Order: sequence, then C-alpha cells, then structure tokens
Amino acid sequence: MNTSTSVVQRPEGFRLPEGQLRVIRWMVYLGFFALAIGIVNGLGQALNYARVDILQYFPGMRNYYQGLTVHGVVNAIVFIFAFANGFLALTTARALDRPLKTGLLWASFGAMVAGFLLAGFAMGSGQASVLYTFYPPLQAHWSFYLGLALLVVSTWILAVTLFLGLAAWRKEHPGARIPLMAFISVATYAMWVLASLGIAVEVVGLLLPWSLGLMDHSDPLLSRSLFWYSGHALVYFWLLPAYLSWYIMVPKHADGKLFSDSLTRVVFLMFLALSIPTGFHHQYTDPGIGTGMKALHAFLTFGVFFPSMVTAFSVMYALEIGGRRRGGTGLVDWFFKLDWKNPALVAQLLAMLTFTLGGITGLINASYNLNQVVHNTTWIPGHFHMTVGSAVTLSFMGIAYWLVPYLTQRRLVGQGMALVSSWVYTAGVLIMARGLISGGLDGMPRRTLVMEAPYEKPSWELAGMLSGFGGTLMFVGSALFFAVLAGTILMGRKVEEPMDLPFTETVRGPADHGWEVHLDRFRYWIVATIILIVIAYGPFLAQYLPGHFTSPPYRFF
Amino acid sequence: MTVERIEKVFLILAGAMLVVFLLALFYSAFGMGMHLPDREGEIVPTEVRNTPPFDNPGVREVEPGRYEVVVLGRAWAFEPDEIRVPAGAEIDFISTATDVIHGFHVEGTRMNAMLIPGQITRMTYVFDEPGEHLIICHEFCGLGHHLMYGRVIVE
Repeated sequence: MNTSTSVVQRPEGFRLPEGQLRVIRWMVYLGFFALAIGIVNGLGQALNYARVDILQYFPGMRNYYQGLTVHGVVNAIVFIFAFANGFLALTTARALDRPLKTGLLWASFGAMVAGFLLAGFAMGSGQASVLYTFYPPLQAHWSFYLGLALLVVSTWILAVTLFLGLAAWRKEHPGARIPLMAFISVATYAMWVLASLGIAVEVVGLLLPWSLGLMDHSDPLLSRSLFWYSGHALVYFWLLPAYLSWYIMVPKHADGKLFSDSLTRVVFLMFLALSIPTGFHHQYTDPGIGTGMKALHAFLTFGVFFPSMVTAFSVMYALEIGGRRRGGTGLVDWFFKLDWKNPALVAQLLAMLTFTLGGITGLINASYNLNQVVHNTTWIPGHFHMTVGSAVTLSFMGIAYWLVPYLTQRRLVGQGMALVSSWVYTAGVLIMARGLISGGLDGMPRRTLVMEAPYEKPSWELAGMLSGFGGTLMFVGSALFFAVLAGTILMGRKVEEPMDLPFTETVRGPADHGWEVHLDRFRYWIVATIILIVIAYGPFLAQYLPGHFTSPPYRFF
Repeated sequence: MTVERIEKVFLILAGAMLVVFLLALFYSAFGMGMHLPDREGEIVPTEVRNTPPFDNPGVREVEPGRYEVVVLGRAWAFEPDEIRVPAGAEIDFISTATDVIHGFHVEGTRMNAMLIPGQITRMTYVFDEPGEHLIICHEFCGLGHHLMYGRVIVE
C-alpha cells in the first residue's frame, strides 16, 4: 500500500515560472471580464420578467434578444472556457510539479481572444441575435460561427497542452500513479474534447459554410442533435472545474481531508463516460427522434446523476472531518464550526447548498415525460441559475478569492465585502429561481420578451417580481465581487513569501498495485466512452443520415 | 479501494432512489400512456402549404369523439390561432413549422413540443374540463417571438 496521501507530485512549495503565471493570469482575467459583460445583460433579462425595461438604456443594444444572446454566449461559453483554461492549466502544472508549454498556453489564449472578438462583433452589431444555442434555420453572420469555433479551438489547444504535460510527466515517473489533482484536470478536458466534436462538426461543417453562402440549406433537427451532443456535456465542462475545487481545495479551506483517492477517480471517470450519451434529454419534446432513444438517454442521465450523489457524500464527509477537528460535535453542529469568515470557503459552501436544489430540479427536467410540464418554461432558467449560475459561478468567485492573490502575489482586499457578496448573491439566486420556477410551472415561457407579450396570466406577476428582485440582488452581489477583484489587483498589498495553492490531503491515498492502477489508464476509459456514445447516438444517426437539408436561411432579427 | 460502511449505505440509498424514480417514469409512460413526441416523418418546409394535411389547417372531426387539429407555426403566429374542441374528445394535434423552429405549449397541459422545420410533430390529448388555454410559442423565433400565441377553447 502506498503511504502517500498527497494529491500532487511534490507537496512542498513549487512555483511556476513568471512567464507561465502571466498567461494563466490573463486567461482568468479574460474570464471575469466576460462574466462582467454577461452579468450586466443578465440584469436586463431578470428585470424583463418584472416588466422593467432597462435594456433601452444600454448603449448599442437594439433589443432584448440581442442582450439575451450576449448574456448566454459570454457567460456560459467565454467566461467558463477562459476560467477553466487558466485554472486547470495551473492545477495540472502544480500537481505534476512541472511547467506546461508556455507557447501553447499563449496560443490557447490568443484563440480565445480572437473568438471572443469575432463573436462579440457579430453580436454587438446585431447580426447574430440567435441566442447561445444558435438553432438554424435562423442564420447569424459568419463571424459569429467562426468566433464560436475559435473559442472551442482554444479549449482544444489547452487540452493538448495538458495531455503533453501528462505524457512528459509519465516518462519521468514510469509506473507512478497520476497525482489526483492532475488526474481530475486531465479527465475534465478529455471529456470535453470528446464532447465538443458535435458542436465542431455542426459549426465548422454545416453552419459556417451555410452562413458564407456555400450551402443553401440547413437541417434544423440534425443541427439541434449535434448541438445537444455537446450541449449536455458542456454542462459538465462548466461543473467539473467547480467539482475539482470542491474535492481538492474546499476540504483544505475547511481544515478537513478528502477521504478516498480512488472513489474520487471513479467519480470523474463516470463523468467522462456518462456526460455525453445523454444529450437527447434536451430534445425530449423534439419530433423526429424515436421515443426508444429518448428513454435510453433518460436512463443514462439518471446514471450521470449518480456520481454527483457520490460527490455530495464525499465533499460533505470532508467538511465534517474539518468541522469536527475545529471542535464541532453532534449531528449538524460541526457544519457551523467551519470557518465562516473565509470568503473562498463561504462562497463555495453556499454554492453547494444552492446546487442541491439545482440538482434536484435537474433530475426533474431529465425525467422523460415529466419534462413536458417544464420544457422551455422559465422553470429551466430557474433550474440552471442554481447550477451554472451559482454552483459554478459562485464557486469560481470563491476560487478567485485565493487564486487572484496567488497569481498576483497580493493580499485579498475587502474580505468582509467578499463575504457579503456571496450571501447577497445566494439570496438573489434563490429568490430569482423561486420566481422563475413558479412562473414556469404556470407556463411562463423562457427566452421571451414577456413584458411586451400580448398574453399573460395573473400568477406571472408575482413570479416576475421575484425574478426581477432576485436578479437585482445577484447583480449587486456580483458588483461587490468585482469590487473585491479590482481592489485586490490594483491595491492589494504585495506579499513577499512564496504562496502555494490550497490543496487537501486524502485519508486513503492511491494504491500502487491492484485494480485501482487501471483507473489511470485514460485510453481504456476513453474507448469505453466512445462505445457508449456509439450506442446512444449510433441508431439515430444510422436511420437519420445523410440528413434532410431542406431549410432555407432566415434572419428575423 | 476501501469503502466505509456509512458510505456504502448512502450510495445504495442514492442508487435505489434513482431506480424508484425511473420505474415511476416508465410506468407513467407505458402504464398511463403519457408519451413523448415520436418520429412522424419528414416534410419539405417550403412545400408545407401544398402538402396534406397542412394545406388545410384547422379542426376536423375524423370520427365521432375523435378530432384532428392541424396547426402551422410560422413567424409569428399559429394558424389557426383559435382552436375550439369539445371536452372529453380525443384530440390529435398534427403540426409543423413553415420557416424557423417554434415552440408549441398548451399551458396547463403536458402538450409541450417543438415544431421543427422539416419534421412533423404529433401529440394526442383529451381535455377533461371545459376552459381556455394559451398556446405559447416558447422557442425564440426572431424579433416578434413574444407576439406568437394562440388559444385552445375547450367547450
């Protein structure tokens, strides 16, 4: 039995070369810059349901749907991609105790900036108000599709960087177990590379040539299916960097320990295998896809819920170890003994609490015919603002409270403000979700300029007010977050002594022999994932291809 | 890998919960007949108005107690936008989109589906009670998306 209980190659100090830290810093900054733009638009969306029109005052904003497109693209894609790129490059390099290829990191950053500028131009000039799902036959300007493609390419370059780093480490450490923090990071990007193939084929193979006039027609159902092949896994690409923090950093903040190294690896391999073959649960109400395939995807979606249940257990257990070490006793007392003054911890504890509701509502969405009660109502944004909108975003904010000081060698400015920010944001998201969910159950449609619709129901009024009020609180919470961020970057006191990432130890470390060694053989698990994908999508594609390219383009915006 | 007893209990309970939920879902689908839209065949979107039954949208009684409702979704209206059907009858909604993707949600019911150009959407429903329901287009279909709605009046 291996006695090492570390999640990194060399627990004692290690610092990346300054050049590499710089590119990681820029990636993280780019992510939060995108978040800021998206959140301003988000406020406009939330207030729409309360029948307050502030979008008219936004410079250059032509209409609600343009703002909604910007909100979705920059928050759900640019923010998350840029942050994940920076954060997971850092965790991988730190865990492997060796720098990555700085040139590749800059290439990834460059592709991200170029993609952001191109898509930003298309959206900003009103030529791409097609929302972040960009379903054809609504046709955006070609620069929108090219921009999206570059954003995905940026994540691919980063993935290659991580894989090369891991390969080099393996050569230096033959037969050794991959440090857990690197394992999680690489598993996340391996999943995303496989997952993003759908969106890549759709955007580069179909929509880009179509928008350039090289193709006359699109196939809306085929495009939707390719989008959601990637689309549900995209949800996990949002979530897994937050899970990495919950497994590895949060136990450290809480003075606890992660219990099992092996169970953690199993969880992330389950996410690798099961994130992708579940996409039809976003298309339950689509015609043209057989109910048998939809039922299969329902079953697999329930499967991918399981590793999240394991996570709930493992992370809570790690927190409990910490709470009891800090003198907590009894069934729940330990929870209140945690360090509720540490903004990094508090943001993520609140993110987890919100995520329990996000997860449960997600299970309802996944529930086959029950989905028809909620599909495309405001229930759905109610649900996903409790997952990506808080479990992920609030966790990334919590991570920023140690990551930005680490990257800048400065002390955090405004610890109290950071704590207030998390509580206000959490209260906001719960109130907004309460409004959206109750409105959705009564048919209030999502993605709709409800305040100018000629129809309405009486119950939507309260639902809309709660959405608007909650959204405003979220905006205030994030404004406080950005104040802390700016204060730290501009005015934080310089720290001389070297800093390190916060990472936990495990109670039970990795085994160096036995079946658990095979957990590290990514190639087997990738083959297993591909087999599952073929089972889940093969029958549909076999029957549907070569597709029905009969829809001419429309530009109704 | 050692798994603690308390962990084992939690995982078994979590798995059991998911299995119970799945069984309930499959019962509601196959035991109670609440089905999702299935494959109903393709159509050329630009030829919809020349293709039966979409050349004649509206409500038809196909046999006593069974009605067929043909609805078109286009930017930005349903055709027809007022549908009158009797309570207690079996209603077969047959629908498609003529231009871009639209949504079709009869609020207060589980009649909730997408209208996708090139695909035919079919749903069957029985309205037990007289009353009025909004039909809402709940998928973004362009600048006038929020103007697109209709009514089902159950008599």
